[in-house]
Amino acid sequence: MILARVVGTVVATRKDERLVSSKLLVARPVDPSGKADGNYLVAVDTVDAGFGETVLIVSGSSARMASGLKDCPVDAAIVGIVDTVQVKD
Amino acid sequence: MQLARVLGEVVSTMKDANLTGMKLLVVQPISPAGEPVGRSLVALDSVGAGVGENVFFVRGREAAFPFYPAEPPTDASIVGIVDRWDLD
Repeated sequence: MILARVVGTVVATRKDERLVSSKLLVARPVDPSGKADGNYLVAVDTVDAGFGETVLIVSGSSARMASGLKDCPVDAAIVGIVDTVQVKD
Repeated sequence: MQLARVLGEVVSTMKDANLTGMKLLVVQPISPAGEPVGRSLVALDSVGAGVGENVFFVRGREAAFPFYPAEPPTDASIVGIVDRWDLD
């Protein structure tokens, strides 16, 4: 899983029917200190995350194991909203 | 599987129901020399690892298998704590 910050939303009218009513968010990976690191991605939100929040994103086929995404054409899902990250120096 | 060092812990209240009660750790992949290699990531702990320990973790769909029959949505899980490694 990776840490990422939600930076926007995606609106798509025409899409795969198994994506109808899923919330799509644009997220940017961050390192444990919160610094942006890497390329933007679109992820399906399963936990009601919002703009500016740090979230946990699961990628690849494991993304379909998130709640409600069985058999959906998805390779990135937001499965948690991060409260804190404690890293030892 | 990859060698990594546990750097820290992630606390998340709002999360997928199948992640409830699971420990989320920040891990940094390392080389056999102990140097960091690549980006850190968050892995689910299945062996009781702690901060500062060297571990190995599995990526991909298989990362959910240690928790069978539960099916947490994870793409990385710590499956062993490394006591030591030897290279010729």
